[in-house]
Amino acid sequence: MIRLLLWVLGGALLGGIVHLATVLILPNLASQDAYSRLAPIAPVNAVAPLPPPSAERSPIPFLDPAFAMAVCRYDLTDGPMKLSVPVSQAYTSVSFYTRSEVAYYAINDRAAGRRVIELDLMTSEQRGDLPGDEEVTAADRLIVESPTLTGLIIIKALAPELGLLPAARNSLTGARCQLQPQQ
Amino acid sequence: MRLLFGTLLALIIAASIGLGATWVAITQGTAYGGVSIGAWTAWPRVGTPGIDPYARAMVARSGELPIGSGDGVAFYARSDDAGQLLDGRCDIALEGITPQARYFTVTLYDLEGRLVANAVQRQGFTSQELIRRADGTFEITIGPRARPGNWLPTGGIERYMLVLRLYDTPIGLATRSGREAPMPTIVQKSCR
Repeated sequence: MIRLLLWVLGGALLGGIVHLATVLILPNLASQDAYSRLAPIAPVNAVAPLPPPSAERSPIPFLDPAFAMAVCRYDLTDGPMKLSVPVSQAYTSVSFYTRSEVAYYAINDRAAGRRVIELDLMTSEQRGDLPGDEEVTAADRLIVESPTLTGLIIIKALAPELGLLPAARNSLTGARCQLQPQQ
Repeated sequence: MRLLFGTLLALIIAASIGLGATWVAITQGTAYGGVSIGAWTAWPRVGTPGIDPYARAMVARSGELPIGSGDGVAFYARSDDAGQLLDGRCDIALEGITPQARYFTVTLYDLEGRLVANAVQRQGFTSQELIRRADGTFEITIGPRARPGNWLPTGGIERYMLVLRLYDTPIGLATRSGREAPMPTIVQKSCR
């Protein structure tokens, strides 16, 4: 009887380990995560508009229908990236996600404080390779460090009223994300 | 023989407990660090690199992209202030004021995060679209049948959830109470 209890206890302990391991591994195995869902409609290192979410279909769940959105699926293997997003009438924001959907940085038009949100995206190694004086001369250059080589940038422009959605969508057509090969 | 039986038993228990707990945590569970104000709950940490492993697993499974903390914060409500699950066949009043933010949106989703089909193609309100009273408060009627004023149709679905998103807001990780963040009340009116 005691032996049986010991086996049950051992099983329960092992179960705890199985639970923790599966929770930690699951994000790496998920095949229907946001990155995988957006990959077919988002070319690498270019801005692509996201189709507006509707009841019939939505590229990913829980999108805010009041926004016009665009996505840039980035790959920094060949160098850092330059991102520029013209600010729309109402509210514009840029959010950065790693390959596994960790939101590591987000900025809105007010925080950027200009008519165009401009920033450089690079890995910490690429930042280390920047010539020292360049960083000084471009002190007002906004540099974002990506923890991973690949990831997603979501660009959003709010349409405060339904009728302003085309205008918001239009403002996003000026958004660019381009690799800047290092010399 | 005994050893074989014991090992097998332990492994079966381990698999069922481990995988069962993971399944429950990912599908039913809620992440750590939730800020609950009335019927609303937000998980500001989910939009930061400090996201916990459970929330990461949930995000990976659902396929959503959490709202970044530099962008805004999202409050979710699945039930009314009395704790009753939101029913799309009932009339529900969403009333009051919202915390300070440059803009906010209120959106109705089914429990999987899809928008709900309805005849008037309205899935939510932005702060600018709302008709307000003289004192600045607003009331949104959420229900299956058309109502005057701010009407958010449910399409008659049984269960749904409301998401209130605040954009460019000081509400976030440090927010703890309803005094800092006055959230609108959710009250069930009539049910047929």
